[in-house]
Amino acid sequence: MTMRIYVPRDAAAVAVGADDVALAFAQAASARGAAIEIVRNGSRGLCWLEPMVELSTAQGRIAFGPVTTSDVPALLDAMAGNGQHALRLGVTDEIPWLKRQTRLTFVRCGVVDPRSVDDYRAHGGYKGLERALTLTSDQILADVTTSGLRGRGGAGFPTGIKWKTVAQANADRKYIVCNADEGDSGTFADRMIMEGDPFVVIEGMTIAGITVGATKGYIYIRSEYPHAVEAMNAAIVAARSAGLLGKWIGGSAHEFDLEVRVGAGAYVCGEETSLLESLEGRRGIVRAKPPLPAHKGLFGRPSVINNVLSFAAIPFILDNGAKAYADFGMGRSRGTMPIQLAGNIKYGGLFETAFGVTLGELVDEIGGGTITGREVRAVQVGGPLGAYFPRALFDTPFDYEAFAARDGLIGHGGIVVFDDTVDMVKQARFAMEFCAVESCGKCTPCRIGSTRGVETINKIINGERVAENLAVVEDLCNTMKFGSLCALGGFTPYPVMSALKHFREDFGGDLGPAPATLQAAE
Amino acid sequence: MTVGYEPWDKARGAEIIAEHAGLEGATLVILHALQEAFGYVPEPAIPMVAEALNLSRAEVHGVFTFYHDFRKAPAGRHVLKLCRAEACQAAGGDRLAARAEAKLGVALGNTTADERVTLEPIYCLGLCATAPSAMLDGRVVGRLDEARIDALVAEAQR
Repeated sequence: MTMRIYVPRDAAAVAVGADDVALAFAQAASARGAAIEIVRNGSRGLCWLEPMVELSTAQGRIAFGPVTTSDVPALLDAMAGNGQHALRLGVTDEIPWLKRQTRLTFVRCGVVDPRSVDDYRAHGGYKGLERALTLTSDQILADVTTSGLRGRGGAGFPTGIKWKTVAQANADRKYIVCNADEGDSGTFADRMIMEGDPFVVIEGMTIAGITVGATKGYIYIRSEYPHAVEAMNAAIVAARSAGLLGKWIGGSAHEFDLEVRVGAGAYVCGEETSLLESLEGRRGIVRAKPPLPAHKGLFGRPSVINNVLSFAAIPFILDNGAKAYADFGMGRSRGTMPIQLAGNIKYGGLFETAFGVTLGELVDEIGGGTITGREVRAVQVGGPLGAYFPRALFDTPFDYEAFAARDGLIGHGGIVVFDDTVDMVKQARFAMEFCAVESCGKCTPCRIGSTRGVETINKIINGERVAENLAVVEDLCNTMKFGSLCALGGFTPYPVMSALKHFREDFGGDLGPAPATLQAAE
Repeated sequence: MTVGYEPWDKARGAEIIAEHAGLEGATLVILHALQEAFGYVPEPAIPMVAEALNLSRAEVHGVFTFYHDFRKAPAGRHVLKLCRAEACQAAGGDRLAARAEAKLGVALGNTTADERVTLEPIYCLGLCATAPSAMLDGRVVGRLDEARIDALVAEAQR
């Protein structure tokens, strides 16, 4: 009997040797004349166990990991025999870290073959689109709105309202744009879903297209993600051959097609208007809003622009109903969030769960603290523009409003853990440096403020008039927050001010009380 | 990835440009394609792109210089990119970057004198739970430690 063995093709697994492991299985099997089928799946998201290999059995899939090439011969023997091996993790679905999650968006990631439309369909794929094809545009909009889905890129804008605006706009052409410029450090959910379940992104975008009346969509993927580019391109070709992209989608009168465009290393292009400029072939300079992209977006046409995870949440909502999604979560944050645990963390990876889980649960219980075994000192939530949280704030629930109330943001759901060796002045300076390098240059607070910020923090590090220079940094932060056109300049103050507020001892000298808070926005 | 580039050739450049010129917003696509063929974007190609897309030279030059990816000169034979973003910093990336710089004798952003290795910072490969990470000629490597970074540097120097 042919043994079916799963070896992930996800970049995080490949980075720790998955390709070599797959090759070793093929070689070991041919050496002993064993019949095996190797499926290159996505990652289940248990990154500390990668490469995590699975064997298909009558009892379900059995996981082994982390596997190295030298483990393969003995592992193959174990798989052919009684299945016992030191790396055996048991039935994959029963692994507590996985079982504890609520996977709505990532339900198929790591399970299916990301190159196969048939496998996607066999695991419930395209049911959302099938139902959408029986509904009117207004009915789909009602579902998306009722689900409470908010933009998963970070801004948290209600997806239903955005779609409705585009649906109601009159234009000769409309566009669907998927923002896959996942530049935030500590985030990799977009990459994982594109590599592990690309059809869910295609299905979500297709539903958006038929809802608002757009026939063309673009997926803008950052160039740092070559595996994701390859996976999406392959999936688009496969969907086209299956009649699920192009004309007469799924046998209906609808038409929709997709194209992948690759970024070129500019962080600011994750900002939606800058991304549109880049797609149009220009410098990624931020546009002033209004007009909103929903009115005047790509090539001046009404455009839906959403993050990968927003589109990937849509098929579940259409298939299972808005209520099934909205039943999860807390307050105005409905549904689930794919949270990414990263940095100096023992059990890092992708953890999808309903909103409301606390930061402390995520870092200590689920993440298991630091990999170095040292004390967790600071946690940056939401990427380079997110605030640093100290242990004192670990009771903060994962929720858009709860994080905002504590001068932070959940952003794209990345959590980067630092141990007690971190120097928070350096982290504050890095935030300013990053902003200075990546600023598009259009608005003065961001362009000049970040450079002045670096200079001033350097003075603080050198012990020059520390208290006065700290006042300058605080002033700069307020100017950047209120005077910048987009979130790059506007949110860089979050990591800087949080470092200053919660880790004031790192800034040296007797500095007096911490600033009360960053002044409230708007 | 850095081996096997074609030498700049005007006719070949024109062919590449013509292949993509019909796309909506083609500038980045063309610059990527040129760099993929020649290893960098040769200066004589800029006015050719401008003409093909009915843009000014300044506009195309502006696009070319805005994005970190595009090179105005060929890189070293191998390109080693080290992730320098927060998740890799938290996992000890600073120390490893300094080690690679010392081993190669160049600072990040530079090419060794023998033109074998270009060492560059990159801001996030999305391998943040297997940090610190790097990319050597398009191949990703995670869970770097001193032994692994030494091996990567040695491989790049070969």
